[in-house]
Amino acid sequence: MTTDTSPRKTNQLWNPNRDRSKRIQFIVKSIFAIFAFISVITTIGIVLTLLFETIEFFQFPEVNLWRFFTDGRWTPKFPPPNQDFGISVLISATLLSAGISIIVALPLGLLSAICLSEYASPQLRRILKPALEVLAGIPTVVYGYFALLTVTPFLRWLINPLLSPLGNIESLKTWSEIQGFNSLSAGIVLGIMITPMVASLSEDAIYSVPRSLRDGSYALGATKRETIIAVVLPAALSGIVSSVILAVSRAIGETMIVTLAAGQNPTLGLNPFVPVMTMTAAIVQASFGDNPADSISSKALFAIGMTLLAITFLLNIFSFWFVRRFREKYD
Amino acid sequence: MQKHYAPRDTIAPESKLFKPNLASRYQLDSIFAFILWAAVVIAITVLVILIATVLIDGLGSLDWQFLINNTSYKVEKAGILPALVGTALIMVVVAVVSFPVGVGAGIFLEEFSEDNWFTKIIEININNLAAVPSIIYGLLGLMVFVRIFRPISGGESVLSGALTLALLILPIIIVATREALRAVPDSLRMAGLALGATKWQVIWEQIFPMALPGILTGTILALSRAVGETAPLIAIGAKAYVPFLPASLQDQFTVMPIQIYQWVSDPKPAFHDNAAAGIIVLMVVLLAMNSIAVLLRNKFQKQNT
Repeated sequence: MTTDTSPRKTNQLWNPNRDRSKRIQFIVKSIFAIFAFISVITTIGIVLTLLFETIEFFQFPEVNLWRFFTDGRWTPKFPPPNQDFGISVLISATLLSAGISIIVALPLGLLSAICLSEYASPQLRRILKPALEVLAGIPTVVYGYFALLTVTPFLRWLINPLLSPLGNIESLKTWSEIQGFNSLSAGIVLGIMITPMVASLSEDAIYSVPRSLRDGSYALGATKRETIIAVVLPAALSGIVSSVILAVSRAIGETMIVTLAAGQNPTLGLNPFVPVMTMTAAIVQASFGDNPADSISSKALFAIGMTLLAITFLLNIFSFWFVRRFREKYD
Repeated sequence: MQKHYAPRDTIAPESKLFKPNLASRYQLDSIFAFILWAAVVIAITVLVILIATVLIDGLGSLDWQFLINNTSYKVEKAGILPALVGTALIMVVVAVVSFPVGVGAGIFLEEFSEDNWFTKIIEININNLAAVPSIIYGLLGLMVFVRIFRPISGGESVLSGALTLALLILPIIIVATREALRAVPDSLRMAGLALGATKWQVIWEQIFPMALPGILTGTILALSRAVGETAPLIAIGAKAYVPFLPASLQDQFTVMPIQIYQWVSDPKPAFHDNAAAGIIVLMVVLLAMNSIAVLLRNKFQKQNT
């Protein structure tokens, strides 16, 4: 019997049609590549949109770059002689609420991270970590509700009696009362919102410190606290700082909490007891009004967005640079 | 364990300079531990207070009428139906758009990528996009979907809002897909390729089905993030007072977070209770979505062991 054993002749039933498979793979791969490229298109879209609208904003005769940064008032809705576009008003409000939020989130987040990674038993950690993650998952409108309708009344009840004597001094009048809209409660609630971010990123940093450093410290007679404060935290410092910077960047970009609780009154200054308008709140206020596409207030919207993007982008770049520069490599 | 230390005079008795001070150091340790636990307790307590406040304020206003009523200027008649329908409609469109695109992009980056400039730029961009504030996506959507593509999208419409949110959660889905694909053992890929299949055949028939629970979990979590987003939709022009149900993708709309926002900002305090009730509805929806995601993740872990 002739036994021709070449594969093509011994099995007539198997016809893999590889060309078709290869063609299908090429098509699928190309489509998926386009999908992946959409992320690049999104970034380009964001930058171009903000850039072009901002440039057109500055082409209006009422606006110039110097006054944009130095004017002390933000009044886009007022008719022209009184129309001011001083973004430092908005930036000061944003920085004020972000600053307060970090004062809250840094201790809460870092201490929780240390507790969860060094002191908690595995069972406890399995319950507490998801519980902290729930804080991160709550929609910001809910936080805004909480800040405006629970935290603010509480703070007013607690602190206003202590502050009212200050009302007699004329120059301290604005410090004598926490008003219904204020950046203090917005900042506190903002801090609660970003605490899980600080906690989780710091915990990663602490976890990545090698055991040998801890063991060495214990071997030298240090207690657990001394080891953590003197050995583990300095080793994890770059990761912790990076987590704080990223949390600040999130707090700066946050909208609903500050819009609801800090108010919509553009005031320049660092008083946490009065209503202020952050950059994001300004965008919200402008969005609810009438905005024909060519109007100056519509373009101002994008100018604020451009500034916001620039600030968060610089913060994130700084965070990456900081980690790369100061990270301790142990292997 | 920390209480059992040697008595002081047996430690280096001849040296007066060595002062271990163990008692006071261990005391500071206890104080430190107390502060740490206090931090965790404070964080959890705030969470509990928040939930309790919302429940106390809102349960009174939450009834069947609230769920099926249209919104209104009168507190007793104001309901959440348009917002609920708007949220549901938007989520469907977001899922339909972002799932294929996100999963496809994830598969490309994880399975098909070579180490060239193309993939490097894409990965850098995905990392950058995660850090962009959500309201800026709204500005992008305003310019591109509402203004430039007005004929197709219908302006401040469901379609524009959904596309904006889809862009927002795209990086999340891509990252989740990549993680799920990474968890599938390489031996499957090697075996498939050794049998003569093309890469895509291996992925479509073996790898993707195995990674699917993980991918779905990530997608559901991404969608639940989109449900709570307010700022981008406000920026593209979703109004807060929408007394009708959107009938087509090109209609105007509102979503639950925006409706809640409007009720909270209303000077009449009675609307605040409505807002709390709306928050309860929103949280129930989110709880349901997250529970489904967790159940899927558990099934995924059981399947892979």
